[in-house]
Parts: sequence; structure tokens; C-alpha cells
Amino acid sequence: MEYFIQQLINGISVGSIYALIALGYTMVYGIIKLINFAHGDVFMVGSFIGLFSARYLASVGLPPVIVLIISLIISMTVSALLGISIERLAYKPLRKASRIAVLITAIGVSFFLEYSGVFVLGPQAKGFPEILNKKQYQLFGSSVQVDSNQIMILVTTVILMIILQYIVHRTKIGKAMRAVSYDMEAARLMGINVDRTISATFAIGSALAAAAGVIFGMTYNSVDPMMGVLPGLKAFVAAVLGGIGSVPGALVGGLLLGTVETEISSLGYSSWRDGVAFAVLILILIFKPSGLFGKNVREKV
Amino acid sequence: MTSSAKVVLLDVKEASRSFGGLKALSEVSLHIDKGELIGLIGPNGAGKTTLFNLLTGVYPPSSGTIVLNNQSVGGMKPFRINRKGAARTFQNIRLFTAMTVLDNVKIAFHQHAKHSIFTSMLRLPKHFKEEAEITQKALDILKIFNLADQSEETAGNLSYGNQRRLEIARALAAGPKLLLLDEPAAGMNPNETRDLMNLIAWIRKEFDLTILLIEHDMSLVMGVCDRIYVLDRGILIADGSPVEIRNNPKVIEAYLGQEA
Amino acid sequence: MKKLKLNKSFWFGIVFSLILYGIIRVLLTTGVLDDVAESTLILVCINVMLAVSLNLINGITGQFSIGHAGFMSIGAYVSAILTLNFDVPLVFALLIAGLVAALFGVLIGIPTLRLNGDYLAIATLGFGEIIRIVLLNTEYVGGASGLSGIPAETTWTIMFFFTLLTIVVINNFIRSSHGRACIAIRENEIAAEAMGINTTLYKVIAFSLGALFAGIAGGLSAHKFYVINPGSFNFLKSFEILVMVVLGGLGSTAGSILGAIVLTLLFTALQNTPELRMIIYSVILILMMIFRPKGLLGSTGLSFMKFGKKEAKPDDVISESSSS
Repeated sequence: MEYFIQQLINGISVGSIYALIALGYTMVYGIIKLINFAHGDVFMVGSFIGLFSARYLASVGLPPVIVLIISLIISMTVSALLGISIERLAYKPLRKASRIAVLITAIGVSFFLEYSGVFVLGPQAKGFPEILNKKQYQLFGSSVQVDSNQIMILVTTVILMIILQYIVHRTKIGKAMRAVSYDMEAARLMGINVDRTISATFAIGSALAAAAGVIFGMTYNSVDPMMGVLPGLKAFVAAVLGGIGSVPGALVGGLLLGTVETEISSLGYSSWRDGVAFAVLILILIFKPSGLFGKNVREKV
Repeated sequence: MTSSAKVVLLDVKEASRSFGGLKALSEVSLHIDKGELIGLIGPNGAGKTTLFNLLTGVYPPSSGTIVLNNQSVGGMKPFRINRKGAARTFQNIRLFTAMTVLDNVKIAFHQHAKHSIFTSMLRLPKHFKEEAEITQKALDILKIFNLADQSEETAGNLSYGNQRRLEIARALAAGPKLLLLDEPAAGMNPNETRDLMNLIAWIRKEFDLTILLIEHDMSLVMGVCDRIYVLDRGILIADGSPVEIRNNPKVIEAYLGQEA
Repeated sequence: MKKLKLNKSFWFGIVFSLILYGIIRVLLTTGVLDDVAESTLILVCINVMLAVSLNLINGITGQFSIGHAGFMSIGAYVSAILTLNFDVPLVFALLIAGLVAALFGVLIGIPTLRLNGDYLAIATLGFGEIIRIVLLNTEYVGGASGLSGIPAETTWTIMFFFTLLTIVVINNFIRSSHGRACIAIRENEIAAEAMGINTTLYKVIAFSLGALFAGIAGGLSAHKFYVINPGSFNFLKSFEILVMVVLGGLGSTAGSILGAIVLTLLFTALQNTPELRMIIYSVILILMMIFRPKGLLGSTGLSFMKFGKKEAKPDDVISESSSS
């Protein structure tokens, strides 16, 4: 039982990373119906920016918590700008083209980010600095351990989620985002600046992915240019699991997937871990394609 | 039709359909005899297209039975119902827009084609023979609709009126006993509408068809139909001859109530 | 009249291909083209088979699949095991491999092809990955290290005739009434079903026919490059095939062939600058989609008679007799 709880705690850490990436997928899909395959690579870029900022800030001698916060902010800001640029340069010219053309472009952007990363930084993994000193806490006597990183991950994720919920439901831009995702043409006619709304969506999604990147670096201490591929795909599975287009769905989907994966690994089937993720994906698609929180849309005849 | 023994072609008994909590159709019963031209009218949202969708298998009825040509077809898949002899058009035109006009019609003959996939992959002589036959039949039907000249045009490039006509031609090519037309004259001007109605009356005779027609324009339906069914909010509120319908207070209320 | 034209175009294409085959054969035996050139040619043909078969699913039937590498891997593994462990002659091994891949096409197709658009894409991607992970975890096929020492029996001649077979069979299918049914599904699934087309059946047929040829292509590839492992059949490989199809022009067999040739040659040419290869490739991809989103050939059909004509319409071979 303690073992199970231990894995659950580990699962929540992984799941938080999935959830943060999944949000970007779900928001972008919700608004322009694009599976943004480059999203996992924005996560990678965010992680590297976090790495460089943290290294620099730590070398200046700032206290760890400040290093973490500033690194997060820098990484999120730069990645948000990257997200906006990708949308403007690669996707916006294709607003009227077929969806498959945009999808191919997204794949192209993904390759571009990955291999530019390899070109500039080299293919080998880089060590992520230990920003916070890991402290272990024991729960239930001494059988379940939580470390400070895991607490930090959960706190960061929850704070970001609250901010996101606030943005989506309480601000003007959030209202515009919901309107555009509901009906882009009608929103345009109502005077909403659709392009700016889409940019904002990419900015927010990319910033969240960057935060996930920093967290990932702190958890696994190793980052490389190809690191975004698999988490990106998994996060997408998480988004579908929760119901694509749904913000709470992405959170729940991410946490659920992270937990299931960790449990499977802990049972000794780690080589099947990814397989299970995709099997879950297919089962969800076949039996409840709208996901746990999505709306069921049927074509009008 | 002579007054000899009537043969029921379509018999619907207490068909209902709900979407979630919303009851789109409730216990609709109607019957159509062979050779009749029946109108189905009702205000917006009355459930006319939903009824068509039940009749053609787009979705199964929640309850009730549908019998076409003495066979129960309720809940069958659309392609099976089509093969049992019911073909339809759509309110929002659904052509195969990137295909040629000719190919649109040829598709409808597909179910009658006998050659196997194997034959076509290897282009055995049978493949060409059947292709030639189908092409000829399709052209014959296009001629009736004055579309033969445009047979090689991409369907999406046709004028709106011609797209509507092509949809009817395509449905006719499936060789139906019952033809279901969902607002065939929608968006046409009065002249086009009158021509279309004459054409419908003509093909009904020529192909020995039974037709069920959804139309918004009351006066138009009154002119051509033998009998009329009136739907309002999912319930069949009246049926009878055009004259009876015109004077039916319930019908008047349904329409006036909507306009108010 | 029309019959004659269709046949004429068909035989013209066959003869043209055979001449091309003969010339290359001579150049290979006389040593004008070296081993590297032969490998490139074979790689081009493998990719042509993959692209043409994926186009049947994605371009013609409109079912967005990105799991093609999965079928390719099934073909590669099945054929490799047959030749390695059971001494089955290559051609038979390939045919069996294709049929097994087609069977998987049916098994995967029946549950997933009910899904539309993006959902289908994700499901096929998921299945492709699951196939890879199963292979990864199966000791019998070598797990992560895969199989090696596969007899390198894929010659130019075998490769050419399988490629020709793929193109002829798929193109004939597309141009038959069965192919028309598939196109109708792409154009408007609801109307197709209402016109009496068993849409599920045709989607599964197109899917498994595509899988069949992907499987054979996988087998040919395994018997050219000695080694196979699960990593070479991941979703990036599926993307690569999809890119060929879209770049050539979705829905056009000629486009798929062209896309496969162009991208394979581009890839090979960029091999001298490995560090920049993928960057250049991705930039070309993005620019191509922005400036020519319909691909190199749009959705033009494949017919040898109309090469050289100005504005080629799809299926215009059939049109000429009937329009007068």
C-alpha cells in the first residue's frame, strides 16, 4: 500500500509535466484544430533556456528560490515569443489551406527545432543544474518519501493552473479565446481580433510547455534536443484522454497518464510503459472519443 | 394511379427519436402507397429532416418501426436502406464536389456493379464492359436533367440550381422505389422552382416512382402533392389532401404561431 | 473508343516503365551506375511503394492515417523471419509478409476507421507505435537490437517489378468503380453511404490494400539493408511517408511517385552534410507547404497519355470520348 502511494506521488510529478504540455496542445487544438506537433519541441527549447538562465543566475550567486523563479519567468517569456513566432511565420500563412498542409508544416517546424538544437548544442545530453537542494521528507513513518522537488513541481503546476483558469474565465482575452474556439467567423464578425487571440493562445501554451521543460530538467537532471518528442506525444495522449479542447481535461488526463505509467514501470513492465499509454489512447478514442471532459460533436445532416 | 388495390410502400409506426433529453420526433406514424407523391411540411425545427434521417438510416429510431416494401428497415445502415430501394437528396447539398458530374451519377450505379475488385485491379475485359454500360446509363439520366453537356464539369463548379438537380439525378440513378427529396427547390427562383416541379412530376411517371418531398413553400406543395403530412415540434399534427390541409386550423396555427 | 483509350494509356505506361527498367539494368550491369546508385534506386522504389500505398488511404479514401511504418515493420519482420529461419524464397516471403500486413490492416482498420479526421490520425499513430513496442519486447525477433544478417536479396529487378505491380494494381483500383466509391467517401461520407456504398467495407479495403503494399515494401527494405530493428519503424518514418504523399500532391498517384523520388534524392544528396540535412529538409517542407500547399502535382491522376498536355484534369482519360 505504501509502495502504491509512493508510486502515486512519483506519478503525479511526471503527470504534472504531461499536464502542462497537454494544455498547450488542447488550447491550440481547441482554437485552430491543429495538432501542433512542434509543441513538444517548444517544451525542449523551454528546458534549455531554463538551463542556461539557471546556470548563469546561480553563478551570479542568487539564492536558489530566486534562481528558480527568474529562470522560470525567462524561459516562459522566451518560449511564449517562440510560440508566437512559429504561429506567425509557419501557421498563419496557411489559415485557409487544408488542415493536412498545416499539419505537415507543424511536423516541419518540429524537425527544424530539433535539428537546429542538435546543430547548435550537439546531440549529447546536458546536465541540468541542481537549483534546489533536494530534501527528503518521510510520510507514514518512513515508508513513503517525498522530496522537495516533487513538492515544488506540484506547487508550480497548481499555481500555473490557477493563473490559467483565471485568464481563460475572467479576462477579456480568455473570453475572446473561448469565442474564437467556438466559432472563428462569428467571433471575427463580433469584432474580436482573431489573429491576436490565436497568438495569445500560442503564447500561453508555449509558456506552460516551457515551465514543464524547466520542471523536467530539475526532475531528470538531463536535457537534450530530442527530449521533446516522446513527452510531446504522451502529453498529446493526455490531452485526448482528458478530452481535447478541455483545460481541466488536460490536467486530469496528464495526471492520470503519469500515474498509470509510473505504476506500470514500478511493476516491472517499464518497456511496455509507452505501449500502455498508446493502448489507453486507442481505447479512449474508440469508446469515448470526446475524452473524459470533452463535448461530443456530431455532424449535422 | 387507378383506384385498384393500393399497395403500401412505406409504413412508419410510432417512430420516435430523441437526442439526449430532446425529443425530436415523437410517435410519428405515416404510410405511403406505391406511386403517391406526398408532401411533408412544417415550420423550422419541426423534425422533417430528422424523419428523413430515420427513413434513410442516418440514425436509428429510438422506438417504433419502419417498413419499406414489406421489409423492416428501422435501424439499418444507410447503404442497406438505399439498396432496399430508398434514395434521397439532402437539404444542404451533399455532392461529391471534386468529382465530375458524370462520376457523381456513376457512383449511384455502384451497388449494381458486379465485377470484383480483383477484376478491376487487373483490368480484365469485364471491367471495361461494365464501365461502358454504367457510363451510358449515367449519361441517359443526365440528359433528363439537362446536365449531359456538363457531364465532365467538376460537380462543385455547377450553378446552385444545377447542383440541386444533379443531386436528384444521382438519387434517381440508384434506382429507387421511394425517392426522398429534402427541400429540392430551396434557393431557386420561382421559374426554376416551377420547372423543377414539372420535372419531378415527369420522372415520377416515367420511372414509376413514389416520392416524399419536404418543402417550405406551402403553395408549391399544394400544387403537386396527392397528400400532405404536417409536422410540428416532432408531432404529426395533420394529414390529408392539400385542400384539407389548407383549411386545417391546427396547421394554420402552427404556421402563424411560428411567424408571430 | 473509350475502352481503347484507357487500354492504350495503360499499355503505354507499362512499355515506358519496362524501357526505363531495361536502360537502368544495362547501366547497372555495365557498371556505369555503381552500387551506391543501385542502393539509391532501390530506396527510391521502396519509398514509391510506401507513398503510393499510403496515398490510397489518405489521398483517395480520405482516411487520415499516420501509422504506415507499422505495416512496413510487420512486412519487414515477417519476411525476414521467413527467409532467415525457414529458408522461404524471397518472393514468397514478401507475398506472405504483405498478406500478414494486410490482415493487420483489417484488424486495426475495423475498430479505428469509424473515427474521423484527426482522431483516426492519432489512433493510427498509436497503433503504429504499439506495433513497434510489441516488437521491441519480443525476444523471438531480437527485441531492441532487432534482426540482422538478413540475406540481401533485393535486386534492382525484383524491386522494379514489385514497384510496378504496386503502381499498376493501386492505380487500376483507383480508376475502377471501387476506387470511385473510395473517392466518394473522401468527398462526402454521408452522401456516399446514402448512395448505397458500404463505407466501412471500402475504408477497410483501402486500408488493408495500402497495408499490403507497405508490408511488401518493408520486406524489400529488410532484404536490402541486412538489419532491421524496431527503432527504424517509429512514427517519424510514418511522417516521412506522409510528407512524400502530401508534397507530391495528396490524392495523386503521380504526385506520390514524384514526392517519393524528390524527397529520397534530396535526402541522399544531403547526406554529405549530415548536421544540416534535417534542417534544410524541414525548411523546404515548411516553405513548400506555405507556397504550394496542394503539393507539386495538386491532385492530378496518373496517366501516361496526358504527360505533356497543358492543363491535366483528374480522370480526363475517361472524359475524352464522352464529352463530345
